[in-house]
Amino acid sequence: MSKQYDVIIIGAGHNGLVCASYLAKAGRKVLIVEANERVGGAAITREFADGFSVSACAHLLHLLHPQIESDLSLSSHGLKLLATGLSTIALTKDDDHLVLERDSVSGAGISENDQRAYRDFQNKLRRYAKILQKTFMTRPPRLVHKNRKDLMTLVGLGLSVRMLGREDMRELLRIGAINIYDVLQEDFRSELLKGALGFDAVLGSNMGPRSPNSVLSYLYRLTGQLDKNDSAVSVPAGGMGGLTEALRKAAEAAGVTIQCQAPVRRILLDVNKVTGIETVGGEQFNSELIVSNVDPKTTFLKLVGARNIETGFARRIDNIRMQGKAAKLHLALQGLPEFNGLVETQLGNRLLIAPSLNYIERAFDHSKYGEYSKEPAMEISIPSIHDDSLSPKGRHVLSAIVQYAPYELRADWDNERNIFKNLLIDKLAEYAPGIKEQIIASELLVPADIEKEFHIHGGHWHHGEYTLDQFMMLRPVPGAAQYSTPVDGLYLCGAGSHPGGGVMGLAGRNAATEILNGEAKP
Amino acid sequence: MNVREADKRVLTTPFHSRTSALCQTNLWSPWKAYTTVDCYSVLEEEYFSIRNATSVIDLTPMTKYRISGKDGLAFLDKLMTRKMSKLTPGRIMYGVWCNDFGHVLDDGTIFHLEENVWRLCSQERHLDWMLSTAMGFDVEIEDETDDIVGLAVQGPTSCQTLKAMNLDEVENLKPFQMKSFPFADTELLVSRTGFTGDLGYELWITAEYAERLWDVLFEAGSPYGILPVGSNALEIARIEAGFIQAGVDFVPALDVVHVGRGRSPYELGMGWLVHFDKPVFNGRKALLKEKEQGSRYRFVRLDVEGNKPANESYIYNAKKDIVGHVTSATWSPSAKKNIALASLDMPWGRAGDELYAEIYHKRELQWNRTMARCHVVDGAFFDPDRRRLTPALDY
Repeated sequence: MSKQYDVIIIGAGHNGLVCASYLAKAGRKVLIVEANERVGGAAITREFADGFSVSACAHLLHLLHPQIESDLSLSSHGLKLLATGLSTIALTKDDDHLVLERDSVSGAGISENDQRAYRDFQNKLRRYAKILQKTFMTRPPRLVHKNRKDLMTLVGLGLSVRMLGREDMRELLRIGAINIYDVLQEDFRSELLKGALGFDAVLGSNMGPRSPNSVLSYLYRLTGQLDKNDSAVSVPAGGMGGLTEALRKAAEAAGVTIQCQAPVRRILLDVNKVTGIETVGGEQFNSELIVSNVDPKTTFLKLVGARNIETGFARRIDNIRMQGKAAKLHLALQGLPEFNGLVETQLGNRLLIAPSLNYIERAFDHSKYGEYSKEPAMEISIPSIHDDSLSPKGRHVLSAIVQYAPYELRADWDNERNIFKNLLIDKLAEYAPGIKEQIIASELLVPADIEKEFHIHGGHWHHGEYTLDQFMMLRPVPGAAQYSTPVDGLYLCGAGSHPGGGVMGLAGRNAATEILNGEAKP
Repeated sequence: MNVREADKRVLTTPFHSRTSALCQTNLWSPWKAYTTVDCYSVLEEEYFSIRNATSVIDLTPMTKYRISGKDGLAFLDKLMTRKMSKLTPGRIMYGVWCNDFGHVLDDGTIFHLEENVWRLCSQERHLDWMLSTAMGFDVEIEDETDDIVGLAVQGPTSCQTLKAMNLDEVENLKPFQMKSFPFADTELLVSRTGFTGDLGYELWITAEYAERLWDVLFEAGSPYGILPVGSNALEIARIEAGFIQAGVDFVPALDVVHVGRGRSPYELGMGWLVHFDKPVFNGRKALLKEKEQGSRYRFVRLDVEGNKPANESYIYNAKKDIVGHVTSATWSPSAKKNIALASLDMPWGRAGDELYAEIYHKRELQWNRTMARCHVVDGAFFDPDRRRLTPALDY
């Protein structure tokens, strides 16, 4: 077998698979090397207890771009959504929960004012998110080069902000860089509603509701639910691994070679030009074009090596803010848990434990000082309600994203992991009193585990915070924001690049476009 | 009320008891964190001690970083544009270092003190840059600026002075070579380096021996016309030698506010210090591009007609367009020329280009303006053979 390829992609996560498919469809001979046993990266389904499987990292699909679905004919490759347009239910300890739909909110004695405010707020922020989304399909513009395409992107961006009209433009500029706490205080009275909205703004990030940029990260989230027809929050058959399996089939159908269990030790260089990769096993594959789906810090500081990049660039990479603060809890359950006040048909939705903004902020406070939250916030999903392939008949799987569990814990995670897990189960039991007795097995992945299993520096699943300083032409850093990098022949295609993570697939697509557009150089 | 030691913003060097006792003018200027003498007595007298006898300059404020570890050489190769592998222990190399734009942060000398140990000596403070550059290398960088003091001992009789200090075979030191000598109960490091373009040495010792070193040196040098020299006289000597100075002839790239105001090694006449046959180094990509596509500026040494120093002058071409400016200028007592260093826009400064310096000078409140013809000169304005001659001769 020849070991020479047109393109080698490091990491068979969703972006790597997407990028590979586009390149292979354009006639390139593409190899993907993947460290783990199977493709999928942080979008995989795997067994965590005998007979129980779960989406081990990302667990709900809400941003996958429809263009990618159709370009790669993912449905013909087996992608099936078992549930779409899931509601969000903000839990209370009594039975008075709140249900958030796309355009309405009900329950928990919510006032008419808050209901109206919710509709207006969603409409307003969707208008802003639409502008954000327009930028997603093109490479971020460079500001200092005189490039026509970049100029057009900038003009287009400016124009779409201008087209909002005076009032909306002013409002966007006013709230764009501030925090979600202040913005929600202006419009809403219900603490439970504010908690639910605020939680979505900080999910997966190293921010609390009062952190600057949390409006921006909320807009990011809304980009997946702009259109009434968007599947929004959905559950793929077979979990997130179902999606990446479809992506794998699409890639292989396009002619991509995928080699799993081939962790890369380093990217091979001729001074500043890539020549191939070397795996931990000592195998070499040659290519003049390497695309890294690995996070930027690991890519440059480890695979390329800090000594092989110039200091200014190395500094910028080193300064990327990507400390993971979200943990993942998996429970194998005897039967369907009973949550206070929820009927069975509601359990398949997105359940939140985020009773108020202050609750989340307090949870965040702990993490700022290297402690896990004593009263954590959670996003809970019971995917086995929609998908009986995940657990034995009659049994269930609960998956929860938990905030906050700092990557840099002051104490040692090895000593604290179980204590924290029990704390989480206790917290769940406050809302689902019988759950403890139902647990057959459990697993907790703290950011350090996520780093280890998914090879993401700091265990930050967006490969870097969504903040203005790491946004668009600044993502991951200037000099590498157009997918090409200062290392000749090395491109980035992962969540660390524009437009970012969240199982969108656009970074992979955009990188492929850049490469195909005449192997553009910075 | 006294100022607490910790609150002092500009420090005195460990030689202060000696320098202040000899400073007739009491004219001082801050040099980095320290106050140093501008002129001890008479500028001309000090200048001529550099060129005719032995001059002593307090170098304490120079930045000194100690670089050690098994990746030290690889680290230096990444930091510097020059290939560092030829630098053997006991030798010193001059070089420049750049940022990613290929713009010069500073120039300086690297002393290869012993196996896997180096000292970088420069004008600017760059510890942060050094530490960032050290990412990925097994190397340790220590700031020893305040721990090591230095004295430049420059001039034709400088070797005789050192010999009178019983520094055995110091005359056999070659340019850019160094050697340690026993001194009291410690070691004195002597390097044949300097900033005057003449025969000269630099003496390095830990701070607590500063005064003792000064006393022994001045006693040994008394038959050889030894004189303490301030920054003003040194400035004339270094321009004669054609040496550039950070912050004067170029803005250190980390201090540049406007993108593009920095200067590349090529644009400072230092292209010979850029080597591409080595691993990735800072500025490599940008410098390769510059080499292919051309530089924006040319750095030149100018012989200016007349006798009015062309300080801060604009340079014009024959059509009287501004094509550059002077960065340093002086009357050269040794070359008997009016000399200047200048940065010109490309392509000006070619052989045959007609250039003029616009010089303003005031006499009795009357401003005069002359357009002085300038000639680009190759090499230093003053470059005596004794600068290189080994063994160093007695004069």
